[in-house]
Amino acid sequence: MMQQAVSAVSGEPLLTVDDLVVEYPVGQKIVHAVSGVSLQIARGETLGLVGESGCGKSTLGRAVLQLRRPTAGRVLFDGHDLTTMHGDALRKMRRRVQLIFQDPIASLNPRRKIGDIVAEPLVIAGVKDPEKRKQLVEEVLSAVGLDPAIVVGRLPHEFSGGQCQRICIARALILNPEFIVCDEPVSALDVSIRAQILNLLEEMKGRFGLTLLFIAHDLAVVKAVSDRVAVMYLGRLCEVGPSEQLFARPAHPYTALLIEAIPVPDPDIRPTESVPVGEPPSPIAPPSGCRFRTRCPRADARCSAEVPELRAVAPGQFAACHHPLI
Amino acid sequence: MTDNVLLSVEDVVVDLPTPRGNLRAVDRVNLTLGAGQTLGVVGESGCGKTMLSRAILQLLPKKAKLSGRVRFDGEDLLRLPAEKLRQLRGRSLAVVFQDPMTSLNPVLTIGTQLIETLQEHLELDDAAATRRSVELLAAVGIPAPEQRLAQYPHQLSGGMRQRVAIAIALSCEPKLLIADEPTTALDVTIQAQILDLLAREQRRRHMAMIIITHDLGVVAGRTDEVAVMYAGRVVERAPTAALFKKMRMPYTEALLAALPRLDAAPHTPLPAISGRPPDPTRPLQGCSFAPRCRYAVARCRTEKPALEAAETSAHQFACFHPIEIREGAGA
Ligand SMILES: Nc1ncnc2c1ncn2[C@@H]1O[C@H](COP(=O)(O)OP(=O)(O)OP(=O)(O)O)[C@@H](O)[C@H]1O
Ligand SMILES: Nc1ncnc2c1ncn2[C@@H]1O[C@H](COP(=O)(O)OP(=O)(O)O)[C@@H](O)[C@H]1O
Ligand code: SF4
Ligand code: SF4
Ligand SMILES: [Mg+2]
Ligand SMILES: [Mg+2]
Repeated sequence: MMQQAVSAVSGEPLLTVDDLVVEYPVGQKIVHAVSGVSLQIARGETLGLVGESGCGKSTLGRAVLQLRRPTAGRVLFDGHDLTTMHGDALRKMRRRVQLIFQDPIASLNPRRKIGDIVAEPLVIAGVKDPEKRKQLVEEVLSAVGLDPAIVVGRLPHEFSGGQCQRICIARALILNPEFIVCDEPVSALDVSIRAQILNLLEEMKGRFGLTLLFIAHDLAVVKAVSDRVAVMYLGRLCEVGPSEQLFARPAHPYTALLIEAIPVPDPDIRPTESVPVGEPPSPIAPPSGCRFRTRCPRADARCSAEVPELRAVAPGQFAACHHPLI
Repeated sequence: MTDNVLLSVEDVVVDLPTPRGNLRAVDRVNLTLGAGQTLGVVGESGCGKTMLSRAILQLLPKKAKLSGRVRFDGEDLLRLPAEKLRQLRGRSLAVVFQDPMTSLNPVLTIGTQLIETLQEHLELDDAAATRRSVELLAAVGIPAPEQRLAQYPHQLSGGMRQRVAIAIALSCEPKLLIADEPTTALDVTIQAQILDLLAREQRRRHMAMIIITHDLGVVAGRTDEVAVMYAGRVVERAPTAALFKKMRMPYTEALLAALPRLDAAPHTPLPAISGRPPDPTRPLQGCSFAPRCRYAVARCRTEKPALEAAETSAHQFACFHPIEIREGAGA
């Protein structure tokens, strides 16, 4: 039921995540990083994933790509279950899916030249002809707005954060993937450079026919690029819906809180102070029932007793809340 | 804005020697701040915000060369002996950095750090300093403050650490708090909480504050005045309401336009500012923004516009073709 709820995608889903669970053992305890997340992404769609630090966004992204094997659940990519794939089969599949990280500078090997960094996926994929590799590297660097003649021989520290992110994007695109997980690709960047990179991602998406899972904690950034948005809190999905609709009429109290927290560049709008003080509880011992209840202004007895399931609140919009706002 | 000037920065220049040559990080900056007022300093990474705040605090790198004047609370900071400066910094002039670990000591408990700061500047015995520490932690929204005293910084989340750094900064009731990108490393919800916390404490203590950020959205509802910096210089300066009502400097306008807006439809291309700021070791002859400015004309490339006042003396900008005048001329 939940599956059907979250799909609501037009067209065939390229990616289906089904009841995914990821746990990290720490000592005797268990970190419940992702606890039963289901979602679908249609071919050509961008799904934004938002939530506070530590809520499990990166874990979910990495588990989708099998960089971290999930504890339970399935990940279907183009009909193939990645969670049961190993060895060569998985390696082949990995060419079709890529990852872009938050910290562009740290994700580039400081001792390797840009040309080699961008060519690396080709080497791993077994493209043996150096001329062919050189040509592909030049093409993809030009595509992301860098001049290959100037950049290939240089080292990462010679580039700014924004340029390093362009290089990371080039590296992710070089195998012509179908699907990219963008894990906070602009969080470390300045406002002006952020806009350049967001525009670049949009352009590349059109040009390479990509499907994106776009992770961020900034709702305005997510809205700028996403067709639909999924909101996550402490390992679970709170709400999923078409971007415009979700922002105009959030159903989950946590979504409303996130929207309120966005700084608005208008001095007439005094920031509200209604944002509840406090931070998310520990994922080692998440609250019973609704995980948001310790910070939720609407919480009641039912919220601590019963886990809310995702339910339709409007066409295409689903919220996991006993007392939704709409 | 007020006769009661707490801080005045006059013609401050910070030069840093680098292997590529001299780097002018701050270029003839003038600012004043009244007691209890809040100033926002906005600009992109590398524009000199941190060096400016370090110049005010007299905490520049050793090799840096500073000229100009910084007057704070009646004292000329550039002439103050080191010992007096140190006292001033803990006491009436406090700072919160982007990364709270810059100001927290990783091997000391939160309690030790708070109590030491309090005892260094105020004459408090152990019991009183402990009591005060608990009050401060509670005031900055830390749950179970008594228990936190025994914890180390690494045992707290980023947001909690920033709260502790704020508690330490506030501990001696400073007259001026400089917050250098206090929330850039934090999540939006935590960011809003920390900014609210700073605003509340600022009002309560009638403390002056400088908020440094790269996000115009952060200063909009929270400051009395804004100074926009570009390539080491202040390029526009105005009361906050006036600035948002009528931006004159093309750079300020571009900075605002580049922010993703919640009221825009998804997939609307963002009006990004193309290119990057100039290499600070290779200063441009004309307006530093000229290579990225869509209104630039020949004069912009050869002559540097001075920061001048428009119709009201409070609103200054450094541009030959400020936004409204250009439109009025029908160019
Ligand atoms: N290797 C690991 N071992 C143990 N716990 C981990 C590990 N990686 C992540 N966690 C924990 O799992 C939870 C989810 O982490 P994750 O990195 O997925 O969050 P996130 O939403 O991406 O956060 P951020 O916005 O800070 O990047 C957190 O509580 C985190 O501390
Ligand atoms: N310790 C240093 N030595 C040399 N140059 C520095 C040093 N710190 C900062 N800079 C340079 O000074 C300029 C201003 O830096 P900074 O004040 O940190 O900018 P912001 O805080 O606005 O990001 C930049 O060009 C930066 O690279
Ligand atoms: S289920 Fe209850 S606690 Fe959870 S968000 Fe809804 S009202 Fe709040
Ligand atoms: S002086 Fe010229 S280049 Fe500089 S901001 Fe004004 S119009 Fe643009
Ligand atoms: Mg993450
Ligand atoms: Mg800085």
